[in-house]
Amino acid sequence: MLKDITIGQYFPGNTIIHRLDPRTKLILVVVYIAALFTAREWLSYGVMLLVTCAIVAVSRISVRTLTRGMKPLVFIICFTGVLNLFYTTGGTTLFDWWIFHVTTEGVKRAVMMVVRILMLISGTFLLTYTTSPMALTDGLELLLNPLKKIHVPIHEMSMVMSMALRFIPTLIEETDKIMSAQRARGADFETGKLLERAKALLPLLVPLFVSAFRRADELAIAMESRCYHGGEGRTRMKQLRMAGRDWLALFSGAALLALIIVMNVYGL
Amino acid sequence: MESVIRTENLTHVYSRGTPFEKTAIHDVSVEIHPGELVAVIGHTGSGKSTFMQHLNGLLRPDSGSVYVDGEDIFASKEATRDVRFKVGLVFQYPEYQLFEETVYRDISFGPRNMKLSESERDERVREAARLTGVGEELFERSPLELSGGQKRRVAIAGVMAMRPRVLILDEPTAGLDPAGCAGVIRNITDYREETGSTVLLVTHSMDDAAKIAGRLIVFHEGTIAMDGTPDEVFSRQRELVEMGLDVPQSAAIADALRARGVALPASIYTSRSLREAVLDLAGGVAPC
Repeated sequence: MLKDITIGQYFPGNTIIHRLDPRTKLILVVVYIAALFTAREWLSYGVMLLVTCAIVAVSRISVRTLTRGMKPLVFIICFTGVLNLFYTTGGTTLFDWWIFHVTTEGVKRAVMMVVRILMLISGTFLLTYTTSPMALTDGLELLLNPLKKIHVPIHEMSMVMSMALRFIPTLIEETDKIMSAQRARGADFETGKLLERAKALLPLLVPLFVSAFRRADELAIAMESRCYHGGEGRTRMKQLRMAGRDWLALFSGAALLALIIVMNVYGL
Repeated sequence: MESVIRTENLTHVYSRGTPFEKTAIHDVSVEIHPGELVAVIGHTGSGKSTFMQHLNGLLRPDSGSVYVDGEDIFASKEATRDVRFKVGLVFQYPEYQLFEETVYRDISFGPRNMKLSESERDERVREAARLTGVGEELFERSPLELSGGQKRRVAIAGVMAMRPRVLILDEPTAGLDPAGCAGVIRNITDYREETGSTVLLVTHSMDDAAKIAGRLIVFHEGTIAMDGTPDEVFSRQRELVEMGLDVPQSAAIADALRARGVALPASIYTSRSLREAVLDLAGGVAPC
C-alpha cells in the first residue's frame, strides 16, 4: 500500500550510473532536460529516446519499476495529450465534428508531448533511483557552494533537505503503523462521505504529529550532544571526487545537447 | 476441539516485484483453540508480527486463508471488518496510537466504532480500565500527559474494551521497567481468567512465556519451527540457541547444574520449579 510509493526512492546498485558522482548526474539531468525541450522533430526525438533507453538499460532499473512510479502521473500525461490533440491547428484535417478538430499536426504534437513528458519523468526518476538521498544533497550543496559568497545559507538548506528526505520513509512507516493500529480498533479510512473521511483522519494525524515533533526534538538533542554547530569549518567523511567516467559522461552530455541544437537548427 | 482461529498455508511476500522483495511468512498452517494462552516467540524478522496482522485481516495473504470461528475472514469486505472486533490486536508500542483528548474517550474509541449504545460503551470502558489497572481518576486526563507505563495500559484497555474473543498482543512489555512488565503480564492473565478469552502473546522474554503460556509457537525464517507445550519446546534448548533464541534463565541454570552432575528432573523452566527441585535435593527444608 503506502510502501509501494516509489517516487524519490533509491534502489541501490553498482552500475556505472550508480557510481557516477552526484554532481555529474545533477548536471546531466539539467542538460538532458534542456536537450529534451530543444528537440523539435521526429529524428531528434528518436535520438533522445534512444539515449533514454540506453541509460535505463545500463542502470538496470526495471521498466516495471519506472512505469509503476509513473502511475500517479497518468492523468496529467493523458490530459496533456488530449489538449494538444484538439487545440493544435495546421496540417490536414483528419476529423471534424462540432467543436472538435483533429489535424495531422495535432496528432503529431500530442504524440510528441506525451513522449516528452514520459522521457522527462524517466530522466528525473533515474536520478533519484540511482542516487542515494545523502549523495544527492551533498552534490547539490557542493554545486550551489558559490552562492555562499552572497550569504545564501546553502549548508543549512541542504541539511534540512537531507533530513526531510531521510524522514520520508520513517514517516511513511509510522503512518502505516498508526493506520493499522487504528484499523485494529475498527477505524474506517476508506468509506463514508468526504466530511466523515476527513474526521476519520483525526486518529491518524494526531499521533503522527505527536511523534513527528518528538522525533524532531530527539534529533535536535542528538545533534547538539555531538557538537553540531552549523556548516562553519565542517569537513566530510566521504569527499566527492570527479573520476574519469564523470568527465566522460559530462562530455557526452554536452555532445548530445550540441547535436540536438544542430538538429533543431536544421529542422530535423 | 473446535478451533477459534485456523490458518491454512499462509504466505506473505513484501514488496513483490521490486529489488526489496522479501518473503515474510511461508506456508504457515496453525490452529488456535478457544481459551488457550499461546506465546509466539521468534527472532526479529522471523515473521511473527506479519503473521499476527493476518489474523485480524490487516494484512492480506498472497496465498492461503484465515478462518475465525470457521469463517473465511477475507470472503467479503464485511467479514474482514467484523473480524477486527472479534480478534483484538495490540501493536508494539501501542501508546503511539493514543489520540483523544481524554483517557476515557480514547478507551471508548473501539466500542464507538462498534456502534454500541452509550450505556454498553460506558460499562466496557470501566471494565477494561479496571482490568488494566487504569484508575477512574485518570479518565478526564489527556492520555499524552500520562507516564509511559500508564499510556501502555490505556492503549491495551482500548483494545480490551472491544471484548474480542481473541486478544493478540505484540510485545506488550517492550521498553517498560521490570515493575511495568510484571504489571502488564498480570493484567493479561487477569483479563484471560475473567473473560475466558483466547490470548496470543508475542514476546521476546522466554521467562514470561515459560511463566504464563500453556503453548509455545516458535517462528524461524517465516515458518513455524516448533509448536508445543513449554516442556516440549524448552527441552530442545540447542535448537533454540541455534535460532538465536534464549531459554528461560531457570532452564539454563538447571542445565548447567545437570552438566555438573546434579540430578535434577527434566522440564524445569520457571524459577518456582527450579527452587522446588533444588529444595527437594536439599532434603525439602526451606532455609528461611
